[in-house]
Amino acid sequence: MSVRAMTAPGHESLYSGGMRSWLTTVDHKRIGVLYGISALFYFVVGGVEALIIRLQLASADGTVVGADTFNQLFTMHGTTMVFLVLMPLSAALFNYMIPLMIGARDVAFPRLNAFSFWTFLFGSLLLNLSFLVGNPPDAGWFGYANLTSKQYNPGMGIDFWLLSVQIMGIASIASAVNFTVTILNMRAHGMSLMRMPLFVWMALIVQVLMLLAFPPITVAFIYLMFDRFFGTHFYIPDAGGTPILWQHLFWIFGHPEVYILILPSFGVVSEVLPTFSRKPLFGAPFMIFSGILIGFLGFGVWSHHMFTTGLGAVADTAFSLATMLIAIPTGVKIFNWIATLWGGHIHFKTPLYFAVGMVGLFIIGGLSGIMHASPPVDIQQHDTYFVVAHLHYVFFGGTVFGLFAGIYYWWPKITGRMIGEGLGKLHFWLMFIGMNLTFFPMHFLGMDGMPRRIYTYAADLGWERWNLIATVGAFVIAVSVLVFFVNAVRSVRAGEPAGGDPWDGATLEWTMSSPPPEYNFAIVPVVNSARPFWLHKFGPTRDISTRTREEGTPPQPDTPPERIDLPSPSGWPILAALGLSLVGGGALVGLWLVLVGVAVLVFGVYRWAFQPLERLGHPTFGPAPGGGR
Amino acid sequence: MSHSATISASHPMEGMKVYNLKLGMWVFLLSEVMFFSSLIGAYIILRFAHPEQWAEPNAVLNVPLTGFNTFMLICSSVTMVKAFAAIEHGDQAGLKKWLIATIILGSAFVGIQVFEYIKLAGHGFVPAAASYAAEGGPLYGSTFYTMTGFHGAHVTIGVLALIFTAIKAFRGKYSAVDYGGVEIMGLYWHFVDLVWIILFTIVYLI
Repeated sequence: MSVRAMTAPGHESLYSGGMRSWLTTVDHKRIGVLYGISALFYFVVGGVEALIIRLQLASADGTVVGADTFNQLFTMHGTTMVFLVLMPLSAALFNYMIPLMIGARDVAFPRLNAFSFWTFLFGSLLLNLSFLVGNPPDAGWFGYANLTSKQYNPGMGIDFWLLSVQIMGIASIASAVNFTVTILNMRAHGMSLMRMPLFVWMALIVQVLMLLAFPPITVAFIYLMFDRFFGTHFYIPDAGGTPILWQHLFWIFGHPEVYILILPSFGVVSEVLPTFSRKPLFGAPFMIFSGILIGFLGFGVWSHHMFTTGLGAVADTAFSLATMLIAIPTGVKIFNWIATLWGGHIHFKTPLYFAVGMVGLFIIGGLSGIMHASPPVDIQQHDTYFVVAHLHYVFFGGTVFGLFAGIYYWWPKITGRMIGEGLGKLHFWLMFIGMNLTFFPMHFLGMDGMPRRIYTYAADLGWERWNLIATVGAFVIAVSVLVFFVNAVRSVRAGEPAGGDPWDGATLEWTMSSPPPEYNFAIVPVVNSARPFWLHKFGPTRDISTRTREEGTPPQPDTPPERIDLPSPSGWPILAALGLSLVGGGALVGLWLVLVGVAVLVFGVYRWAFQPLERLGHPTFGPAPGGGR
Repeated sequence: MSHSATISASHPMEGMKVYNLKLGMWVFLLSEVMFFSSLIGAYIILRFAHPEQWAEPNAVLNVPLTGFNTFMLICSSVTMVKAFAAIEHGDQAGLKKWLIATIILGSAFVGIQVFEYIKLAGHGFVPAAASYAAEGGPLYGSTFYTMTGFHGAHVTIGVLALIFTAIKAFRGKYSAVDYGGVEIMGLYWHFVDLVWIILFTIVYLI
């Protein structure tokens, strides 16, 4: 197709350069890649933890690991998958794609972006350092109070956990500030909010949720830290404290966190389905407002995690109703996705498989979620495997499938190479079958009364068959992930060059080469449609919602006509992140290390503040320096 | 300089008509509101559950001293406004003068707070439940030190940032068209001041 021929050859040099260039990079695309690689690495780590859990539970009276190790495994599995996999994997796609999709040359604060990544990475390393000292946390990923108190949990595991999650929380807030400003302030000419791609909209909602949800858990952690380090009694009932306070603070964060994890996936699916159905997204404004409503209601439902604490009939009723209300905007989204597929010219590519798989699996997880909204039902199912089944259908079926749809969809854009369709579909089917084999039987186990987090069960309880099936399923998932990595390596080594626009996409990222040049856009685009590239390629008849005689956004030229200034690489963000992590990690060693950390942090921020932001007029980015402004 | 570049770069685009640094600070302060709201919310829950652990306002805490400290912090907001007003009109000398004044007032606030902590700890008013020996109960001490402590940390960070800003000012990095750094410094400083007025009321007066 002529349009494809018009797009420039890929800028593979984007990823060239030594270790130093990666440590000091402030380029949102490189930072996105760093996030992605870290998240996939931890996906394997958390997956291995899950496999050991499943091996232990495969038969009655399992002896693979002991009770203490089992507690550590499910705690680390949950914490890893939530904070070290799903959030950074979303962050990878946000980082790489948001500036491209809104027509910006970078994020609003490039160095803050680098700081966020390194802070996240150091925090995640601190968490896993607990394995090296032989004392990982063991109180579950939501660390209910009393299980975490110094009296019942004197080891360092909980300290590692609370300090590292706090450090990663700072990374999340810094990144949320950055992307909120980027999305609100850095859009290209003509890209009004209602022309913004759905993925960017969902990302914006996620940033706002992170801004508002992370402070409460920070406070929860501060109290826990004071209880453990300074002998206060915030969560200890002896002197008037209350363990329920932890639950409130945690779930005021924890429920919005659920939407922080699922909305990016909603955004991906809302990009993938239209592209491969060759139709605009059905009812895009409804999709946007549904997303906003989900985010808003998400703050008013935290106590549905706490029905068994006995909040009283009035509170239970209110939280139950609010929870059921969320089904409405979520249902709107599901119907709109189906309506997008309806009557489309469907191209059965791997991203579409994952996107459709996500819709189907998320419906199952959503339905069991509505069951939990009813307090009497929830009290029956509380702390059973039914809840484990529910949360894995939304996190694995919803988020992981959605994010894999995004990975396959944007893989050609990021790497410049196509990724194998055959292996991709094999990956999908193995993962789809494995996921249902693993998690669907957990519904039955839960209804049968199997509590979550037990490390063995007796043979006469009748739980062996479904547990064995779940374990087999877990290994099928493991094989599917292996297939993905084989596919990824093959693509990077010898994949077919992708060209700028392999899927015939509608949004701005497809107007440029794959991978894009360091400066993203040679010419900052002008946008006059929600699907600017489709408008250019097919004209207004294709784009029924836009009555315009404009021509849409054309592909980017090979070389920029004017000089482009980019932010200069900087080593100070990584130094500041190191200092911050030393402050956290130092709390486990001694005051001196905390003070060293403070000194490093202050020095890093000081040098950062005094470093000029821009690298002026790179000679390869346009005409000779000095010719411009 | 970076600020002017940020200002000019954001104008031709779609956006909020506010330059990036300033929008970023507002968004960050939104997050900070949630932080202090969570602290205050937890305080309300604990205090309503255990009113017997709290003493009469002036029994343990030195309200006049902290009242004076509060007055100083409010004055520091005034000097911060003066600093911003000066650079808006290109008055370099005024900027330096008022930034220094703000730094002195902010440091004095932190100093008096540390002095207050030492005095209180001497009377057995400590965060740890086991060694609490003052009037009321340990939750009084725990909530006092977490709330005022994290506010104090914010003021300390603010003073550090003010020192950075002042160094930049002495190197002549700000001007009547490039004052973003001073403006967002002011936003942060006024926020910290405002939070203190609320905390002072809740922790010391009620």
